[in-house]
Amino acid sequence: MILARVVGTVVATRKDERLVSSKLLVVRPVDPAGKSDGNYLVAVDTVDAGAGETVLIVSGSSARMASGLKDCPVDAAIVGVVDHVDVKD
Amino acid sequence: MQIARVVGDVVATMKDASLHGHKLLVLQPVTPDHAPAGRTLVAVDAMGAGVGEHVFFVRGREAAFPFYPAEPSVDACVVGIVDHWDVEV
Repeated sequence: MILARVVGTVVATRKDERLVSSKLLVVRPVDPAGKSDGNYLVAVDTVDAGAGETVLIVSGSSARMASGLKDCPVDAAIVGVVDHVDVKD
Repeated sequence: MQIARVVGDVVATMKDASLHGHKLLVLQPVTPDHAPAGRTLVAVDAMGAGVGEHVFFVRGREAAFPFYPAEPSVDACVVGIVDHWDVEV
């Protein structure tokens, strides 16, 4: 999984029928310190995340194991809202 | 699989139900000479690893296999704690 920050939403009227009523968010990966790191991606939200929050993203076929996404054509899902990250270096 | 150092942990109260009860660790992949290699990531822990330890982890759909028959939505999982490794180049 990766850490990312929610930076926006996506609205799409025409989409695969298995994505109807899924909430799509634009997220940007961040490092544990919160610094943006890498390109933006679109992820399906399964935990009611909101803009500005740090979230946990699962990608690849594992994203389909998130609740409500069985057999959905998704490769990135938000599966957690991060309260805090402790890093000891 | 890849070798990484555990550099931190993640706390998330709101998360996918399949992730309840699983420990989330921040991993920094490393090279054989212990230098950081690439981005940090978040993995679930199937081994009881702790911060500062070297571990090996598996990515992708297979990351859920240690929890079989449960299918948590994870794409990276710590599956071993490294005692030591030897590399001869």
